[in-house]
Amino acid sequence: MTEKRTVAATGNVVVAEAFRQCAPDVVAAYPITPQTTIVEEFAKFVAQGRVHTEYVTVESEHSAMSACVGASAAGARVMTATASQGLALMWEELHIASGMRLPIVMANANRALSAPINIHCDHGDAMGARDAGWVMLFAESAQEAYDNTIISLKVAEDPQVLLPVLTCLDGFITTHSIERVDLLDDETVESFVGEYEPQNALLDLDNPVTHGAFAGLGGPFFEFKRAQRDAMDRSKAVIERESAAFSKITERPFGLIETFMMDDADVAIVIIGSASGNARHVARELRSEGVKAGVVKVRCFRPFPGAEIVSALRGVKAVAVLDRAESFGAQGGPLFLETRSAMYDAAERVPLVSYIYGLGGSDVRLELVREVYTDLSDIVAGGSVPDSLVYLGSR
Amino acid sequence: MPTLRELTHREDRLAGGHRLCAGCGASIAVRQILLAAGEEPVVTGCATGCLEVSTTIYPYTSWKTPFIHNAFENSAATVSGVEAAFKGLKAAGKIPADKKVKFVAFGGDGGTYDIGLQSLSGAMERGHDMVYVCYDNGAYMNTGIQRSSGTPKGAWATTSEVGKAQAGKIQKRKDLTSIIAAHGIPYVAQASISHWKDLTTKAEKAFAVEGPAFLNVLATCPRGWRSPYNKSIEVAKLAVETGFWPTFEVENGIWSLSAPSVSAERRGRKPVTEFLQMQGRFKHLFKPENAELLAEIQTDVDDYLTYINGRCGG
Repeated sequence: MTEKRTVAATGNVVVAEAFRQCAPDVVAAYPITPQTTIVEEFAKFVAQGRVHTEYVTVESEHSAMSACVGASAAGARVMTATASQGLALMWEELHIASGMRLPIVMANANRALSAPINIHCDHGDAMGARDAGWVMLFAESAQEAYDNTIISLKVAEDPQVLLPVLTCLDGFITTHSIERVDLLDDETVESFVGEYEPQNALLDLDNPVTHGAFAGLGGPFFEFKRAQRDAMDRSKAVIERESAAFSKITERPFGLIETFMMDDADVAIVIIGSASGNARHVARELRSEGVKAGVVKVRCFRPFPGAEIVSALRGVKAVAVLDRAESFGAQGGPLFLETRSAMYDAAERVPLVSYIYGLGGSDVRLELVREVYTDLSDIVAGGSVPDSLVYLGSR
Repeated sequence: MPTLRELTHREDRLAGGHRLCAGCGASIAVRQILLAAGEEPVVTGCATGCLEVSTTIYPYTSWKTPFIHNAFENSAATVSGVEAAFKGLKAAGKIPADKKVKFVAFGGDGGTYDIGLQSLSGAMERGHDMVYVCYDNGAYMNTGIQRSSGTPKGAWATTSEVGKAQAGKIQKRKDLTSIIAAHGIPYVAQASISHWKDLTTKAEKAFAVEGPAFLNVLATCPRGWRSPYNKSIEVAKLAVETGFWPTFEVENGIWSLSAPSVSAERRGRKPVTEFLQMQGRFKHLFKPENAELLAEIQTDVDDYLTYINGRCGG
């Protein structure tokens, strides 16, 4: 029988709790705002003797991921956490971790990248890593951050996947706000994630292997990349399978995307992360005013659930894609680019608008969300579609 | 300490057939050091560089040990992670508590003095039970002989060129061994591929200590030094005999000059020109216009030895 504990806790505290329950053999981490309370909480577990984990307090994020790569290749279950500049400093290692097919789970407390320096939320850090070969999940709430962390480990270590997973939660908004969270008991998590069976571990001393070999000119580099692509493609079904299994335990739904009032929606917002709730709130208000508004929340960004989004947006007359990240010089934010590309496969041509919002933690007020739906309603009524992206609420 | 006879009966953990150049000091250093590890299993890590690229051309490997290459600047952090995994898996009961494994990370001077210094410093400070070996050939040889902070003063390199306005590298070599000694770790030593007994003894000590150990090993690069392929040991030997590369160790904080250098000092330090003139990278120093620089290099060598002798209480 699964016992559930309901707590009032911040996102970071429950992510640390998920780490403890997943029982990693190694955590190598470096502190950075707003991730710090994850590594601080975990340090308490270490000091209290509540985990068997070897906790490596490295001198930089580059070394954090380097040590994670070494530990994972050695055959250990490995988890870590970072944010923003830390994730950026790891950039080289992110690609190596995925290229070496190491199932490391990393929480990322989404924070803006410098310059100018800013410690608050946006998705520019994670989106900068979107081509690094990591599975990427985004949480809207502390509850989702907890759930995603546990599911991530199960997905990463699946023999059909063996890819690292970045599990994102919004800096301060989710990392530091106290929310109601239902936690599972340790045994349930332990039995859900199971034992990790490493392949080709360095510490399998009787079968020495070489990790990180040279596959240069004329070598199979191209084929290794293809294998990574195939693993990423396979991960989609694994995420769906494991999240369904997890949902059965928690009785909480988990989808690659989550739709709100989309069945008959005329206008829809596609969004990631903590601001999804604002979008739902406004959509509900608009419904009472007779506007058929809906929301598509994207929880899994890599692999990108293109077909699911196309299906969710069927029948919609105008779509706004809200990005909390820039892709300077591109035709829209990262989520917009993916969504519009996916929508090329839709039966009908639907106008899509790219909105950039909330960079560096700037507020996503309800009236701004309402403004977006108003723009969409104008488009549906025959108004023109903006020919460039919109900076939502920029002064 | 193992005798030469004993060493020759041990398994060579770096197989032949790798693609390093003839006369390369890196593989000589690796083989001597791994021979000294004894019978216990060794897990090896290596920074990006000649050694890594020439020994792991997929699907081949020269390494009979478990081996990991991650990137250029992080072989210390990577191997610290492997060692942490060993401890974590022991704590999880997945590896027997009495199991003994040795961990060693290799890097060149570029990967150690320069881009990997922070990673190395962190790993040494954290106290991982591992040996870090810098095979110092005094430049970024793998990318084509660019200067590093390990490149000696006056040396030609492709980014410290020789011309009317400049005579090779302007700055002195950084004293990395002293920097690592300042970490207060159990064992630090400087050695050369030319003195196998000294090197293997030091490697054995490095593997034996609990906690971090560091070896800085002079390793000839015939290609970069512009020295004859069949003179790699001879030129490295002259580095010791001229005092250019003093051999010493720091054991639990106690500094001592090692036998090769003690003997060189006793016999009388050879002029550094004997070491320099065997190498094309220094040939411009022997032109009359560089006489002053050459004299300065001799002074630097003498000063460094005075410093090392002072640390060694001599």
